Amino acid sequence: MSNAFVDKNYIYAVSRIRYAELRLLDRSVFDRLCDAADLSECLSILAEKGFGGDSRDPEDMIAEERRRLWELMEELVPDSSVFDVFRLQNDYQNLKAAIKESAMDQPMPDIYVSDCVVDPALVRKAVRERRYKELPGDLAETAERCHEIFLRTRDGQLCDILVDHDALVALQKAAEATKDPTLIKYAGLTAASADIKIAVRAASTGKDETFLDRALAECSELDIDSLKKAAISGTEAVYAYLANTDFADAVPKLRESSAAFECWCDDLIIRSIKPQLWNSFGLGPLAAYILAKETELRSVRILLTARQNGFSADRVRERVRETYV
Amino acid sequence: MENMGLLFALCGAALSAAMAGVGSAIGVGIAGRAASGVVTEDPNQFSKVLVLQLLPGTQGIYGLLIAFITLTQIGIMGGSSDVSLTKGLLYLVACLPMAFGGLFSAIAQGKCSVSAIGLVAKKPDQFGKAMIFPAMVETYAILSLLISILSIFGVAGLSI
Repeated sequence: MSNAFVDKNYIYAVSRIRYAELRLLDRSVFDRLCDAADLSECLSILAEKGFGGDSRDPEDMIAEERRRLWELMEELVPDSSVFDVFRLQNDYQNLKAAIKESAMDQPMPDIYVSDCVVDPALVRKAVRERRYKELPGDLAETAERCHEIFLRTRDGQLCDILVDHDALVALQKAAEATKDPTLIKYAGLTAASADIKIAVRAASTGKDETFLDRALAECSELDIDSLKKAAISGTEAVYAYLANTDFADAVPKLRESSAAFECWCDDLIIRSIKPQLWNSFGLGPLAAYILAKETELRSVRILLTARQNGFSADRVRERVRETYV
Repeated sequence: MENMGLLFALCGAALSAAMAGVGSAIGVGIAGRAASGVVTEDPNQFSKVLVLQLLPGTQGIYGLLIAFITLTQIGIMGGSSDVSLTKGLLYLVACLPMAFGGLFSAIAQGKCSVSAIGLVAKKPDQFGKAMIFPAMVETYAILSLLISILSIFGVAGLSI
C-alpha cells in the first residue's frame, strides 16, 4: 500500500521518458546519416533533429546530448545513485590511469574520464598518497591491492587485468543492489561480453590458467569454468563452447572481428531492453532509456568519425548499432 | 444489543464507501502522476490525459451510491431504523461486492490508465483506443455495483 503514496514505481518519470523516447534517433535517421554525402550534411541532419544543441562540433554535440541525458535523469530520479551502474566502470578506468600516472615523472591530468561516480581528483590523490581508505567501498580495496601489486611487479598489464576484473564484479554487485531486472541483465551481459573477449584473446595468445583465473569475472550469463577450460584449449574450443550457449550467434561475429562482436553485444543489449518500451512502471524504462541513449551516442560517434575519414556508406552502416525506437 | 443489526448494516455501507473510495483515490492518484508527466512535456494533451485519469474515479461514486442506498434502506437517512441482526448481517454481505470489487478494480484501472496515458504520450491520435483499455476494467466494477444493488433491495424485501 505504501507504493500508493510514494512514487516508487517512477510513474511520473516513466511518462516523461515516453516523450524523451520520441526524440531518440531511429533507424531512418541513421540511414539518412549513412547516405549523407559528407560530414557537414550529417551534422545538418543531426541539427535538424535537435541533436547536440547549437554546437556544430561532433564531440561537443555528443557531450551536450550526454549532459542533457543526465540532467533529465537527475530531475526525474531523486536518488540518481541507482544509475551508478552506468558510470561505475569509469571509476575503475580512472583508477588504472591513476596507477599509471603514479609511475610517471610528470602529471597527466588529461587521461581521466569525468563521467564517473567518484571524483577523479580523489582517485588520483588516494593512489598518489597511497591513502586508499579515502576511496569508497570496493574501489578502495581494488586500489590498494592493484597499486601494491603494480609497485611490486611493475607489470602494467597484470594491473589492468585485475582492475578490469574488479570493475566487472562491482558492476554486477551495483546492479544487484538496485534489484531492477533491466540493470541486472545489462550488467550480466556486459560482464559476459567482456569475459568472451578475454577468453578469445587469451586463447589466441596462449595464456595460461592463472591469467584466466585473474581475468575472468563470474557472471550469470555464462559458466566461467567451462569458458576457462575452452580458452585453455584454444580459440576453436571457445567458439564450440559458445555455440551451445545464448551467445551462439556471436561466434560468426567473433570470427569476423572484435569490432563486429562489440556491435553484436550492443545490439543484444538493445534487444534485451526493448520490452521496456511497453512497461509503464519501475526503474526499467528509465534504465533502458539511458542504455538506448548511450548506444545512440556511440553510433553517432562511430558514424561521424567514419564520415570524417571518408569511409563508404556500406562500411559505416555495418557498424551502426540497432536502435531502441 | 438490540441495535446490532443496524450496526452491521452501517458497517456494510461504510465499507462500501470507504474501500471503493480508497481504490479510486489510489487509481486516480497513480494516473495523475502519469498525466502530470505528459502535461509537463506537452500541455496540449491536458484534456485527453484528464479523461484517462478520471476513469478510476467511478468506483468511488459507485461505493457512495451503495452506501447511500443502504443508509436509506436501514432508516439512517430518516424513517424507522428497526433492523434485525440477521437483516443487518445480510446488508453487510450485500455491500461487500462493491467494497472489494471497487477497491481492486479501481487500482487495476489506475494502472491501466497509466499505460494508456503512456500510449497517448507517444501517439496522441490513438486516444480513442487508449481509452478503451482502462474502460474495460470498469465492467467488473459495474458487475459488483449491480450485485450489491440487487442484494440490498432483495434483503429489504425479506421479512426477517
